Amino acid sequence: MGEHTIKLPDVGEGVAEAELVEWHVKVGDIVREDSVLGAVMTDKATVEIPSPVEGEVLWLGAEIGDTVAVGSPIIRLKVEGEGNAKPIDKLEDQPGELKPAEPKAKLATPAKAAEEAIDPPPHSGGGGPHSGGGGVARTAPTPSFTGAPRTAGEKALASPAVRLAAKEAGVDLRQVTGTGPAGRITHEDLDAFIARGPQAASRAAATGLQPDTSVTEIKVVGLRRKIAEKMAKAKQRIPHITYVEEIDVTALEDLRASLNKAKRADQPKLTILPFLMRALVKAVKEQPALNATFDDDAGVIHQSGGVHIGMAAQTRNGLVVATVKHAEARDLWDCGAEVNRLAEAAKAGSATREELSGSTITITSLGAIGGIVTTPVINYPEVAIVGVNKIAIRPMWDGTAFQPRKMMNLSCGFDHRVIDGWDAAVFVQRLKTLLETPAMIFVG
Amino acid sequence: MKKDMTCKLLVIGAGPGGYVAAIRAGQLGIDTVIVEAKKAGGTCLNVGCIPSKALIHAAEEYEKVVHYAEGKGPLGISLTAPKLDMAKTIAWKDDIVRRLNNGVAGLLKKAKVPVVHGWARFKDGKTVEVETETGPQIVRAEHVIIATGSAPVELPFMPFGGNVISSTEALALKTLPATMAVVGGGYIGLELGIAFAKLGTKVTVVEAESRILPQYDAELTRPVAKRLADLGVTVLTGVKAKGVTSKGDALRIETASGDEQKIEADKILVTVGRKPLTEGWGLEELDLDRAGKFIKIDDQCRTSMRGVYAIGDVTGEPMLAPRAMAQGEMVAEIVAGNKRSWDKRCVPAICFTDPEIVTVGLSPDEARKVSPEVKIGIFPFTANGRAMTMLAEEGFVRVVARADNHLVLGIQAVGQGISEMAAAFGLAIEMGARLEDITGTIHAHPTQGEGFHEACLKALGHALHI
Repeated sequence: MGEHTIKLPDVGEGVAEAELVEWHVKVGDIVREDSVLGAVMTDKATVEIPSPVEGEVLWLGAEIGDTVAVGSPIIRLKVEGEGNAKPIDKLEDQPGELKPAEPKAKLATPAKAAEEAIDPPPHSGGGGPHSGGGGVARTAPTPSFTGAPRTAGEKALASPAVRLAAKEAGVDLRQVTGTGPAGRITHEDLDAFIARGPQAASRAAATGLQPDTSVTEIKVVGLRRKIAEKMAKAKQRIPHITYVEEIDVTALEDLRASLNKAKRADQPKLTILPFLMRALVKAVKEQPALNATFDDDAGVIHQSGGVHIGMAAQTRNGLVVATVKHAEARDLWDCGAEVNRLAEAAKAGSATREELSGSTITITSLGAIGGIVTTPVINYPEVAIVGVNKIAIRPMWDGTAFQPRKMMNLSCGFDHRVIDGWDAAVFVQRLKTLLETPAMIFVG
Repeated sequence: MKKDMTCKLLVIGAGPGGYVAAIRAGQLGIDTVIVEAKKAGGTCLNVGCIPSKALIHAAEEYEKVVHYAEGKGPLGISLTAPKLDMAKTIAWKDDIVRRLNNGVAGLLKKAKVPVVHGWARFKDGKTVEVETETGPQIVRAEHVIIATGSAPVELPFMPFGGNVISSTEALALKTLPATMAVVGGGYIGLELGIAFAKLGTKVTVVEAESRILPQYDAELTRPVAKRLADLGVTVLTGVKAKGVTSKGDALRIETASGDEQKIEADKILVTVGRKPLTEGWGLEELDLDRAGKFIKIDDQCRTSMRGVYAIGDVTGEPMLAPRAMAQGEMVAEIVAGNKRSWDKRCVPAICFTDPEIVTVGLSPDEARKVSPEVKIGIFPFTANGRAMTMLAEEGFVRVVARADNHLVLGIQAVGQGISEMAAAFGLAIEMGARLEDITGTIHAHPTQGEGFHEACLKALGHALHI
């Protein structure tokens, strides 16, 4: 029997370290060749780590949330034959000795004791690749309370040993709900009560309603941490200006319906997004300052010729921004097809790092859910973001009468450091014109 | 004047409460001193529980052989008329007491608790002066436990002395009185009255209430009343004791109809209750709050004065040794810095009459006050095989439970030797047992304990053997 050490593979160009977001195995598990051992996350993408050999897991070298340098040993397997671990390696690789990454790069909390086993997260159905880990919940099992609520002041039903333990812990047992027979308070009930904190009151007696004072600790790791960092950066650095305008999309919706009705089988069903993308392309040609990234550290704005439209997409782990590259070079159908493809890839977690980066202006749409106004956060280091709100039929005054019109608000955010309010207004008004008279998107 | 003693904990009284407090305190490393005017062990060990049980046992044995000698027993045992050497009986009892006295003294020594012998008197809340044989001894302490106990209640119109005796003297009689009048049909009077009746004394019990053992329900006391009749004990209820004849050879009583009568009695045993010992040791110096005639305590046995605790009979009902012991243990742990408070669900009480009565937890009437509906199961020993083989068919086990969740609230039993079942009863209640917990427990066969099992089955509606 030998040991086989698996090191964090090179997970992408220019990537020196990655965050461990999932373990699919724990110490003692038997893994086959090509079984997924875990997953790491780079800036954008999640990469699974397959096992190159068959063996038994002896040691896991990182905790979920740890940042691991490429080339660091992350797992050791007991394998048939010699394995790849030299005796000297073993010494170096002792748990506790090992530093998964450079100390300065170690963003995560320090590795806890190795024996704190991490259960593999449940596999989602469908057999598709796992997207990067979002929140990793660690909850104490919440017992279900079956005991009949006691009336106020009634003596608590508990064995003498439980009473003593409660006294020692300073717990008034009348506050504790018992799950045992006849509402008897068990040692487990007391432990759970103490774990929940002291203020779990007994209002239940009167109302049957239980205050839930439990706090679930969720480590902010993986994508969620990326989102948190990015949002904080955007809000810290960018003084946002928000501009909201209503757009009459009656004509646009008619056109969209006609096109979808007449589309070929190989063409995608069009949403409003491809139209908006084409309108954006047209608008930013006139105001290139809006299609840019602002390197505020260097004090340089990179105005982009290509219009790379970021598209905020909700995945099960959180928000990602997939990029429709070179929208200026795509027609309406192409934009639509790319939007659909990227949305699916993002949801499945299979979008590549490249597909999840490189945007120069972003569209965010919560329209499907509702809402009349949003204050979208700019996708740093971009300078503008266009938020799409829900289409609703509203009575609009046409000069002589109210007409039912399909109205949609655009809630747009701009980096006020580099975009003046005037420019923002002109830009949104231009979008309004284009979208209200959709022929203008395609002509001229 | 002796050199003053100082300690962290001073215990006044080495009865069951005091000596347990002192032993536990010693175990916990608390510098403790205990003061006792008489012998260690208190009422319980010297003139109460223990000697009375010795006398009761001797009486039981004697009555048994007398019964056989009279050819009345169904067991086929016959013998010639036995004789009783009362002095020897009392000597045997005294030896048990002596051994236990020594035992307690040994335990205190092992716990490194010095005993100051003498009568203690408070000078202030933290200072006690003890009248020892060799002069006054001042003891100063950070914490004081008052465990002075209780004493028999005396009737003003017939004070103790001469032929009027308390339980203490009754347990030390060197010769058997031919006749005895017992004033008070409570548990002490009946325990001793039955014992003397079995030893051959003609006993008359006088009770002011309409029935004996008025603190128990009639169902529980009926087997005792029956046995008293079998033993030839005259029980007069609704009768008031008026005093003693001038010659001291008879008790004067007033019947329910107002007639005055005399009951010839060599000894008149007065057992009309016990009172807390709150006099003669300087309680008045402390001016502690009272609860009636008792010292008022909270759920940690704290009195109204900081650092002064009180435990046992001086603190209230039930005046029973195991309550005092549990309080003593608790206070020692509190003084040691532990978090403790009185959280017992029940104090088992036993009446060592023939048959014995055990009550643990709530009676049916008490249970009905706390639970809207109760289930009650009674199993008579006439249906218990083991009881039959011991000529112990009199009595029953009764269990009282909440109807909604079957939580056992109280257990009462009356029967021969039933006192030993108090352990199971107490455990059931302290552990919060439901009827199903008892019925789900295999009870050894053949035992009287099966009666407990069956009573619970009965409460659930499916008793097997009845």
